[in-house]
Amino acid sequence: MSDVQPNKIPVTVLTGYLGAGKTTLLNRILSEPHGKKFAVVVNEFGEIGIDNDLVVGADEEVFEMNNGCICCTVRGDLIRIIDGLLRRKNDFDGIIVETTGLADPAPVAQTFFVDETVGAKTTLDAVVTVADAKWLKDRLKDAPEAKNQIAFADVILLNKTDLVSETELKDVEMRIRAINPFARIHRTQKSDIAIDKVLGQGAFDLDRIQAIDPDFLEGGHKHFHDEDMQSYSFSSDKPLDPDRFFPWIQELTQREGPNILRSKGILAFKDDPDRFVFQGVHMILDGDHQRPWRDDEAKTSRIVFIGRKLDPKALEAGFLSCVA
Amino acid sequence: MAALSSAPSSLTSKLRPVDLGGGVAGVRFLGTTAAFALTEREVVLVGAEQKRVAAHRGAILSVSGDAKRLLTGGDDGRVAATLADGTSETLFEQKGRWIDQVAAGSDGAVAFSAGKTAYFQPARGEAKSLDLPSTVGGLAFAPKGTRLAVAHYGGTTLWFPNAVAKPELLEWKGSHRGVLWHPEGRFVVTTMQEAALHGWRLPDGAHMRMSGYPSRVRSMAFTAGGRYLATSGSGEAILWPFASKEGPMGKQPTMLAPRDVRVSAVAAHPKEEVIACGYEDGLVLMVRISDAAEILLRAPDGQPVSAMAWRADGGALAIGTEGETGGLLEL
Repeated sequence: MSDVQPNKIPVTVLTGYLGAGKTTLLNRILSEPHGKKFAVVVNEFGEIGIDNDLVVGADEEVFEMNNGCICCTVRGDLIRIIDGLLRRKNDFDGIIVETTGLADPAPVAQTFFVDETVGAKTTLDAVVTVADAKWLKDRLKDAPEAKNQIAFADVILLNKTDLVSETELKDVEMRIRAINPFARIHRTQKSDIAIDKVLGQGAFDLDRIQAIDPDFLEGGHKHFHDEDMQSYSFSSDKPLDPDRFFPWIQELTQREGPNILRSKGILAFKDDPDRFVFQGVHMILDGDHQRPWRDDEAKTSRIVFIGRKLDPKALEAGFLSCVA
Repeated sequence: MAALSSAPSSLTSKLRPVDLGGGVAGVRFLGTTAAFALTEREVVLVGAEQKRVAAHRGAILSVSGDAKRLLTGGDDGRVAATLADGTSETLFEQKGRWIDQVAAGSDGAVAFSAGKTAYFQPARGEAKSLDLPSTVGGLAFAPKGTRLAVAHYGGTTLWFPNAVAKPELLEWKGSHRGVLWHPEGRFVVTTMQEAALHGWRLPDGAHMRMSGYPSRVRSMAFTAGGRYLATSGSGEAILWPFASKEGPMGKQPTMLAPRDVRVSAVAAHPKEEVIACGYEDGLVLMVRISDAAEILLRAPDGQPVSAMAWRADGGALAIGTEGETGGLLEL
């Protein structure tokens, strides 16, 4: 086999509730003079103001795999479309997938881990969620889709900030943090943002998991604890036993997979000089040895879960039982 | 490596490399001419001389054909038919759509699909269409009569475009992609999104689950007479027995030509119980089913074998890869 690994094509997933400003962001990405070409997968034609012959209409066909597990749903249309796009060599530098406002991002993300061809030739770069600063709070109450999109995001554009006061803005940011303390939040108006804040994030790249620093705004975690969706982070300064950790995390994600939207971890195993990193989407886990621990960094294992109906006491007890 | 009794164990010296300039989506013989459909735009015809035909404007998504025509469907919304002499004709065009699947019937009819709609175009007469519950994953004409198997999410629909009869749904959970009829029309088999095949016995619809593959099956072919279904997807060719009425149910498959590299394409010899077996590293073996004897046809070059086709008389094999070099071998 050839030693040269062809570069995988990065895929950015653009989500956001109806009217938040997704299409504006998409048009912005396509019209910026960045010299890059993108293939764009959209759900409705006609909204894109840019002439691009690589705009493909999708059907949002969510397929369950044959085992019937809800966690292993994929976007069947996306598999077909990406397979078709990949036949055009050198025609584009990246793929942007725009989902409908009511879409659950999980099947989209899972597609990149479940399908071999898609996984071999493309890489999920980040889930970018556009949220309406004025209406997000209401949507978090009445629209589970909006909550999923926030929980799933690696990057959140808090858009239309000109329509709310600074106090309201802080309030909505705290509500976002209560659900997802890890995403990078950018305040925007008319989805105006530097492209490099949205593309090339490497959010699913194991090599780029540097640190897990939940950004709990002061007091926000306590005051605005979302009763439906939570995130929990646990850490240990004692090295873990891989023979305890792997069975635990596998059993946990098998059992609680439907409730765990995202998970991530940096782990220090006993007698192992390397950092072990992993990340997961529902019950699909991806992990590997990353690089040796540096002398100047604390060998702290840290793990985070974002999900519904999670039992923090059981999670913590389970995690700590993996200490060697 | 075992050798056929009176034959050399390698025929690589007979392989004629063909510079195609692109990866191969599908290949067929049109008489004595090998027609390679590239993944983008062109069909390359290799006979006494080499000819390039611009059949599409973008990606070529699916390839089929009969003895005379190579059928291709593209992301330019066109169904094209290319002949051995280099003429190419557009049979259908719908701008802004992708033609995901094409299939050729025995009497000059063609079928194709765009999204959730399957189309049937007879040699003469009006086209017909059928809307499916999801995007069409595969299309195949029955060996006899005008009947189409349309694979999709949730099963396969048997469609009789010329009959009033309602299409018949063969149900099975999951996403069905490729579809193939047994040469005697007794079975329909699909490749699935999962690393498995599913089959139905006709007419009673009894299920056949064929699983155990380490990866998705992309290539399958019935051997001469339909005794075996040869498949890719594993580190050896997996052949399911289809000689009896029951099909492979309760039987073990035959495994041939094991290597530590996965089989990426198979092609069944049209007359003998022999298959060509192509691997992800570009190596191609010819394997006799009766005694598992192997002959090396192509040395590995790192480019996965993506498509292969035998000439109708079995005297030549065309090999396409994901790289730029195909091959033509006269036996």
